[in-house]
Amino acid sequence: MTPYQFKPKSRWREFLGEKFIAVNAFAALIAILLIFIFIFKEATPIFTNGEVQKEASLNKMTFKQQFQPDKPAKWSWQPNSDLPKYSLWPLFLGTIKAAIIAMLFAAPLAIGAAIYSAEFASRRMREIIKPVIELLAGIPSVVLGFFALIVLATFLQDVFGLTYRLNILNAGIALGLAIIPIIFTVAEDAMNSVPTSLRDAARALGANPWQVSFTMVLPAALPGIAAGVVLGFGRAIGETMIVLMASGNAAIVSASFIDSARTLSATIAAELAEVVFGSAHYNVLFFIGTVLFLFTFVINLGGELVLQRLKIRFQGKLT
Amino acid sequence: MTDFVTTAALNPPVLVFQPKGRGLIPRSLTLTAVIIIIAMLAVILLNVLHGGLGTISWEFLSKPPEHGMEAGGIFPAIFGTVFLVILMVITGVPVGVLTAVYLHEYTSPTSRTTRLIRTAINNLAGVPSIVFGLFGLGFFIGFIGHGIDTTLLGVEKPVWGQPAIIWAALTLALLTLPVVIVSTEEALRAIPRELKDASYALGATKLQTIIRIIIPQALPGIFTGAILAISRGAGEVAPIMFTGAAYYLPYLPKALNDQFMELGYHVYVMSTQSPDIEKTKPILYGTVLVLLVLTFLLNFVAIMIRSKIRSRRISV
Repeated sequence: MTPYQFKPKSRWREFLGEKFIAVNAFAALIAILLIFIFIFKEATPIFTNGEVQKEASLNKMTFKQQFQPDKPAKWSWQPNSDLPKYSLWPLFLGTIKAAIIAMLFAAPLAIGAAIYSAEFASRRMREIIKPVIELLAGIPSVVLGFFALIVLATFLQDVFGLTYRLNILNAGIALGLAIIPIIFTVAEDAMNSVPTSLRDAARALGANPWQVSFTMVLPAALPGIAAGVVLGFGRAIGETMIVLMASGNAAIVSASFIDSARTLSATIAAELAEVVFGSAHYNVLFFIGTVLFLFTFVINLGGELVLQRLKIRFQGKLT
Repeated sequence: MTDFVTTAALNPPVLVFQPKGRGLIPRSLTLTAVIIIIAMLAVILLNVLHGGLGTISWEFLSKPPEHGMEAGGIFPAIFGTVFLVILMVITGVPVGVLTAVYLHEYTSPTSRTTRLIRTAINNLAGVPSIVFGLFGLGFFIGFIGHGIDTTLLGVEKPVWGQPAIIWAALTLALLTLPVVIVSTEEALRAIPRELKDASYALGATKLQTIIRIIIPQALPGIFTGAILAISRGAGEVAPIMFTGAAYYLPYLPKALNDQFMELGYHVYVMSTQSPDIEKTKPILYGTVLVLLVLTFLLNFVAIMIRSKIRSRRISV
């Protein structure tokens, strides 16, 4: 019989093993840094290179430009014309419009369903809702884009008599389908983490079940629900395939929600394949990537912060 | 948390809970939201099933595309997808597992390092997929691949500095890293303390405990993470568009620096660049169905394993 089941190994082995594991653990952190560095690196000529700035400077990307002497100044994204135009304004507008429609469509449904699931649903009903949401989350975005392109677009055009088959309304609704699971999950989680003591207190004051939900649970979980909405918005801004396939991709400045539109993300996807390596156009596309990265980074950081504080408030600690 | 209670006690409108019906209106409104979501999911799934079921046949699954994708099958796309996700799992899962082990076994949950890494993981999960595509192009192809070509091989014609399946797989491995980490961590949390204590009591070192006790015990969770990562990775198109996926290839990828066809990218190409959408429609629907069945099956298996892990944790 041996006294030990394990033979003591050398300390070196232990030390190297720990360091190896630690190095791997920093992969995510390093990845985030590398992503930023390498995308921003390809965008820097916009700030430093005079040749590139002649075509695309921050000023030219932001403000109205006069391209022909007899015509009024305008915002225009036409990178492939003889006189390349790189105004980001039409793309920005398209992105925001698509995200707004997606939010208007998804937020009420997702929050409503989350309230039902957390507050009213029987155990059995919850066992139906959860898999449905997981299934919806599991649909690849290219499939949602396909569905919007082939089926939803025709349906919307027939119902509303739209001029353009592919438009921002179509893309926005499909985008909404993609972000329902995010909002639902975060919102339901927030409501479920409200301590039972709060519910009991309301019940002791004579509230019936739905009064408990609406006067106690909902207000307490509100920051979490808001975080869910914000995280969903971040996803809507960055989502690519759906808008690329369903929005019609016309880079125009318009306030209408039934026009075609082109988003920032879809522009990268549609144009990067044909762009000349190192050209102004190439730099601008990486600049758009940098903007998307920073925007979603800030949104995620903010959302996470809110959720963390909520957790501390409910549980008194960070787990 | 007491301020809610105090508010409730001091605020007359909140305090006075008069029995106002049974809350049928909020109940039915929120139930409607649930029903709408279920209905939309059903419409999508039934539509794909209806349009795609007729196309599925052995020929469709085993033949390459013909006549500008208006006929033939999708075998190269299936093959490319499988090859891609295998490479992705091999490169990504070990890193994710070790990250989870480090966070759970070596550091305290409140330490600065842990929180920094955790924030990075959460943010990585939120980076738009198209940004991953840009990163793959700029870093893997432009920096690493091009670097290998110019410094190690010294060749004019790009060998590694071009879109290739290995670069696409590495890009996806990064994208799915958070999924693997989260699943592994959940499994680590479910391991009873007694097991670890027993291992230490027998004289095992920390590393030995991790290799022989903790990782084998966490295998179902690791497996779940890998499957969820595959299901996510198989459906992502934006990250692989510039890093290796090809519109059409007459041959299958054989080496790590070959380009490849992929199901999701195939769906995108057929639905947006087909000269005659009506003619490609049956094949298009068939491809979508195959992609959906693949991702759903994987998800289903992952959910099953996960619920097993969860029930074990409760019983312990």
